[in-house]
Amino acid sequence: MATLTYRDALNQALREEMQRDPNVFLMGEEVGVYQGAYKVSRGLLEEFGPKRIVDTPIAELGFAGIGVGAAMGGLRPVIEFMTWNFAVLALDQIVNSAAKMLYMSGGQISMPIVFRGPNGAALQLSSQHSQAWESWLAHIPGLKVVAPATPADAKGLLKSAIRDNNPVMVLEGEMLYNIKGDVPDGEHIVPIGRADIKREGTDVTLVCHSKTLTVALKAAEQLAEQDVSAEVIDLRSLRPLDEGAILESVRKTNRAVVVEEGWPHSGVGAQLVDLIQREAFDDLDAPVQRITQADVPMPYNKHLERAAKASPEKVVAAARRVLYLD
Amino acid sequence: MATKVHMEALSPTMEEGRLVKWSKKEGDAVKSGETLAEVETDKAVMELVARADGQLLKVMVPEGTTVPVGNVVAWIGKPGEKVDGDGASAPTAAAPKAKAAPAPSPSPQPRPAAPASAPAPVAVADATRVKASPLARRIAKDAGVDLKLVQGSGPGGRVIKRDVEGAPASPAVAAAAPAPRTTPDARRTGVPYEDVPLTQIRKTIAKRLAASIGPIPHFFLTTEIDMERAAEAREALNKQLGDEGGKISFNDIIIKAVALALVQHRACNAWFQEDHIRYWNEVHIGMAVAIEDGLITPVIRNADLKSLREIGAESRELAGRARNRRLKPEEYTGATFSVSNLGMFDIDHFTAVINPPEAGIVAIGSIVPRAVPEGERLVVRRRMHLTMSCDHRVIDGATGAAFLRTLKQMLENPLAMLL
Repeated sequence: MATLTYRDALNQALREEMQRDPNVFLMGEEVGVYQGAYKVSRGLLEEFGPKRIVDTPIAELGFAGIGVGAAMGGLRPVIEFMTWNFAVLALDQIVNSAAKMLYMSGGQISMPIVFRGPNGAALQLSSQHSQAWESWLAHIPGLKVVAPATPADAKGLLKSAIRDNNPVMVLEGEMLYNIKGDVPDGEHIVPIGRADIKREGTDVTLVCHSKTLTVALKAAEQLAEQDVSAEVIDLRSLRPLDEGAILESVRKTNRAVVVEEGWPHSGVGAQLVDLIQREAFDDLDAPVQRITQADVPMPYNKHLERAAKASPEKVVAAARRVLYLD
Repeated sequence: MATKVHMEALSPTMEEGRLVKWSKKEGDAVKSGETLAEVETDKAVMELVARADGQLLKVMVPEGTTVPVGNVVAWIGKPGEKVDGDGASAPTAAAPKAKAAPAPSPSPQPRPAAPASAPAPVAVADATRVKASPLARRIAKDAGVDLKLVQGSGPGGRVIKRDVEGAPASPAVAAAAPAPRTTPDARRTGVPYEDVPLTQIRKTIAKRLAASIGPIPHFFLTTEIDMERAAEAREALNKQLGDEGGKISFNDIIIKAVALALVQHRACNAWFQEDHIRYWNEVHIGMAVAIEDGLITPVIRNADLKSLREIGAESRELAGRARNRRLKPEEYTGATFSVSNLGMFDIDHFTAVINPPEAGIVAIGSIVPRAVPEGERLVVRRRMHLTMSCDHRVIDGATGAAFLRTLKQMLENPLAMLL
């Protein structure tokens, strides 16, 4: 067990998987000589050479398509997007090729490909570079979507993603790369589709993923000062969803607040609320509340950006609402 | 811009109100401060007044409907002004009528479905529709609690988990509540029972009394008091008052004595609060008054400082308005101790339920002639049983007994009140 940053945990996962399987290769903008825009691929070009650490032009649709072709040919490509905002240009390859290949080939051609990069807002990157794409991606049958929030989960989920025979979207975060945490050495696998209770509680369930884990944990601390015991569930995987873990927690607490980075309309939280009301109706003591980004393009202005994002204070207020404390 | 008229919280505990009667019609001119409607709160019938000048543009709620506090019940504005959500947000007068239409059929065929209840008042649809969280519904079902008897603490009166947890199963509540009014035609009509929707005051009584006998550790102290001298004093005083009116009753003497005894025993003149006990320096005596559909406790404020005539006049006036449901909230809240008297109903002796947060109440039985030993012989004297209910979280046995001793001394020797 070592204390690593999130970026180094990802680096470790990449290195271990490339050592383990010669079919694994990394491709994307600035991944080689520059060692990654966020230094996730530090040292990999040196170790594995330019055939397996491939720098590309600024042409997302093109290199995503090359990745899809390579996966069809039996390789296991890892495609890095400098951010998921740029992956919009490659959506045709992701949605129309990668997601549907197994289905449309009648099960003949599998698609062992990973698309990864930072997702959601950082700080003052304005409207076009601050978007959370998980609801877009998780909407598509054929894709798996994971969003690790801790270094250990980042390593374990990226390793699972690389070994998976289906296209897996790994959503990271600029604001996550520097966080530190204990990461098990060597073979540390986090199965896709398994949520994790990051804090146990009895009064209200806070459902979160990725950067909103920090928001939810802070909210849980503030709630504890108000004698409210909040349980924090980190989804880790958005498709498939760990329905059992969510329902088990809600059945225990009878109340839920769903927190996400994205916009409210048709968001991931809407899917969770649907699940909870359908499967745990008789266990609910209050309507489920959602905390999301404000329903606007992310403002550049620092204060407006802060106001638009999910915050511990908003989560605390929502938790108090479902507890009928206000 | 038209102004909304909201159902206002007309009592400190009011969560919903029944619109008894509109005092203004649509189209009437109204001035700020004028009465718009009469509203039955959980305690009394109160006036809802206009907060704006103009014309009563639209009435959103028909008479007889129960409405959560905060809901829009009408609009005031300039003549001809358009109103937001015109007619969309509230049931129109036609809807409840349509619901009430299928009157119980005289058909003798037994139907598998629940039999239609007796002809329902317009408000029945609202009174029987219980808003409850799914979890509260499940808990209530498992525990056999009738949700209609539970007062919801959620938004709009929604019954939630905390309201049903620990709520008594329905038969217990039903037993605690007085029997429903017997209507003249309650004879056998083929309908096996009558469902009478709970009125606001019934709901409040159920909630508060259940909240009392449950969490409050009651204990009871009974004593027999010789009222001979009090009776003599009363007769003399009333004789002296003659035709002046305003006779002194036993109840007035008891209230006065209780108040004076409490001055000496502040430990019994207290409220139990969540994390503290509030001992009162002032003495405000709640006086249980039976009214048509329940009971209410108007308060004689500073009873220790008032003369018997003042207490008598005030209690008669308050009791009268209580029976007409015209008490203002400040007139039935804030008592520090209560007196409940069933002497006039020929009850020898009973125990009363504490009205929280007060810590004590005395229950007064009938004053009856009894043979008591006096030296070697028996004499007949007017005597009365008095039972004090104590909240053991505030009052201990000896504390209560000391208070009762003082009270007994005062009643057995009314001159002691002058001490």
